Amino acid sequence: MKLFGSADAIIALILVAAMVLIGLINPAFWQLSNIFSLLKSNVVIGLMALGVLLVMISGGIDVSFTAFAVAGMYLVVRTMVALDYDGVILPFLAATLIGGLLGLINAGIIHKFNMIPLIVTLGTASVVRGLVLGFVGTSNVNINQMPDALIAFGRTDILTLERANGATFGLTAMIVIYVAAAIGIHLLLTRTMIGRSVYAYGADAEAAKRVGFNTGRTMIFVYCTAGALAGFAGLLHSSMIWLANPRDFVGLELDVIAAVVLGGASIFGGRGTVLGTVLGVFILVMIQNSLILMGIDTTWQRVVVGGMLIAAVAVTALRDRRAPV
Amino acid sequence: MASPPLIELRGISKRFGGVRALDDVTMSIDRAEIRCLAGENGSGKSTLIKIVSGVYQPDAGEIRIDGKPTGRLDPAASIAHGVQVIYQDLSLFPTLSVVENLFLNTFLREKRGTVDWRRGRTMAREVLERLDVKLDLDASVETLPAAGRQIVAIARAVLADARLIIMDEPTTALTGREVERMFRIVRDLQAQGIAVLFVSHKMREMLEISEALTVFRNGKKVEEGPISEFDERKITRAMTGRDLNTGHVEAPVIAAGTTPRLRLRDVSVGKQVHDVSLDIMPGEVVGLSGLIGAGRTSLVKAIFGLRRDVSGTMEIDGAPLAPASVSDAIKKGVAYVPEDRLSEGLFLSRSIRDNAISAAMDRYAPRLWLDSARTRSETEAMFNDMQISAPGTEAAVSTLSGGNQQRVVIGRWLMTGAKLLMLNGPTVGVDVGSKEQIHALIHGLTRDKGLAVIMISDDIPELVANCNRVLTMADGRLTGELSGGALTEDALETALAGATRKETA
Repeated sequence: MKLFGSADAIIALILVAAMVLIGLINPAFWQLSNIFSLLKSNVVIGLMALGVLLVMISGGIDVSFTAFAVAGMYLVVRTMVALDYDGVILPFLAATLIGGLLGLINAGIIHKFNMIPLIVTLGTASVVRGLVLGFVGTSNVNINQMPDALIAFGRTDILTLERANGATFGLTAMIVIYVAAAIGIHLLLTRTMIGRSVYAYGADAEAAKRVGFNTGRTMIFVYCTAGALAGFAGLLHSSMIWLANPRDFVGLELDVIAAVVLGGASIFGGRGTVLGTVLGVFILVMIQNSLILMGIDTTWQRVVVGGMLIAAVAVTALRDRRAPV
Repeated sequence: MASPPLIELRGISKRFGGVRALDDVTMSIDRAEIRCLAGENGSGKSTLIKIVSGVYQPDAGEIRIDGKPTGRLDPAASIAHGVQVIYQDLSLFPTLSVVENLFLNTFLREKRGTVDWRRGRTMAREVLERLDVKLDLDASVETLPAAGRQIVAIARAVLADARLIIMDEPTTALTGREVERMFRIVRDLQAQGIAVLFVSHKMREMLEISEALTVFRNGKKVEEGPISEFDERKITRAMTGRDLNTGHVEAPVIAAGTTPRLRLRDVSVGKQVHDVSLDIMPGEVVGLSGLIGAGRTSLVKAIFGLRRDVSGTMEIDGAPLAPASVSDAIKKGVAYVPEDRLSEGLFLSRSIRDNAISAAMDRYAPRLWLDSARTRSETEAMFNDMQISAPGTEAAVSTLSGGNQQRVVIGRWLMTGAKLLMLNGPTVGVDVGSKEQIHALIHGLTRDKGLAVIMISDDIPELVANCNRVLTMADGRLTGELSGGALTEDALETALAGATRKETA
């Protein structure tokens, strides 16, 4: 535990250093409205990252969650439009369930055929995206068609402030959902046997079996939770941007995986914490947003994200290199 | 006998296809007994472990625990009866803390849904106190040395209410001092009423720790009795069915003016080796002895070009070796068999042939493609020379026993036309019979082809029986040399102990 604690502290330190640096370059960074907007951008990536964290601790990697997010979001929004349904709770439950069930497919294939998660999730991602576009539709659901309840939900703020010029800005209530999910996953990972089984499986899958863990159940827990979080985050995303685009989230896998690795999770499994991941997400989002703030062309964002991923992987790989005996 | 034995096997047989793995084996282990089970690879030791731990079901026979028949024994039932197996790989979780490694399977057994860290901590602390060892509870297991990991594995077994702990080759990765500590722990376990079954083929350790010995050969129990009735010779004969050569090796006759195979002058390697000078002549087998950390491995790695921080001169047959170049070392005829052949020496999933040609690709692929006729004929020649027992040269190396894997590693180097063969722990994890054959092969090569051999080993009898001289090393320096009549096990042990004392002084 001590080891993880110190890793988290280092990430926090990097975060603070980056904040100070960005604030020096552009003091507008410290404006409350910017901080609020940063936090808002954390929500969707963060929820997805919590799922990816589980997968990475178990020693796997998941690139299908964005497809599952699209499936959950687009299917639910289109159904709501078709039925003229205007609610919040049921649609979110449905999107979560869709993601979770798709995750079950990942878990089943990976566990039954003992296959490499990267390949399996590449496959399921492609199939799911294709099916959504083929069977459900290819057109955007725009703001004028979006169910009002979803839009209203996505606009909820927990704190509203007024600028000098009279315009208001607020802190989105969605941040509460994100924090609650993070605490929930944290408790699951640290306080329950199923949570510890994820670490054990990632540390040594064979040893986990010998000790008596039901590793099939562990896989189901990991991939269903990751899928469910993605499904939920997908719908939340569309209610926050008032748009449901069936081609959304392309390339977001990289950002999320980069954030989780940045947060100290090991690509070899067995290591990673919720706190680290939350910090990693914050660093990634902050740097992306600050590039805009600093007037750097958005195309450069991809370069920065890729570079950060490689740097973080290199650092964690150095850390995880087993001490020679 | 007042009380029945803790566990009793009666007439156990087990077949796999046409192979009789165990044939009518009857043995028993008493409470708080330390027994050793010895036997070569394939003698049925592992099968017996798996039957007692419930992984396999016997075809015939009966297992009784506390005098009562157990009926069908599955892994869960075996654990419930107090049988714990510590496999060679220990099955620990490297990235998790010591505490967690200790309590996880107890919590699992109790079918808990949540983790009570405070209780887990208390349990871990208590069990380590019970074993009288100190470990940092929060350290992750991967940061512990091999001995520490072994202790975690033992403590975990004790925590699971073990009454019989079966340890499969427990001392393979341990140094002498660590073995002593483990033995102390095992005696403590005994004092607490826990029986221990060692499965091993290291003679000295068997003789030191066990009270009783059972020897298997070809699936049958061939010998059993209190340890006092055994000596190394008798154990070896029981295990292999024949006597082993324990004679001395004569130094080769070397004409004056012969260029040494290897000449080192004032070689220093980093902080590990200081000013080593030596000559090794063709046909010599030279032992390199010393404690772990004495610099033996650094020295041979430097000769093989694996170290960059080397000073001094190194010559093979009078030609200077380019420093820090493995390819130059191989070209000049240096071959190195590392200690950990599995991770450093072999491509386990590939065939014997692929492994055999991997050290000399230039020879077999002079242009872009492999000369497959040549690879086949040369691999087959090596396969026969080294007496590898396998279905053929296409068999995957992972399917071979330790002894046969070691033959592949050595044979591969001989295919490169090696003139100097450096063996680090040549027979670690290799059973007695194979060990003997590997030694015979090495001697044949030195005699017939003028190969020079450097042998690093912690196995003192092995060095004494196979080297014409043994150099001792301590703290990175050569401290002495024993040869001819002066080279005896006792003398070597004394020399090593002396070197250590100096080191600690």
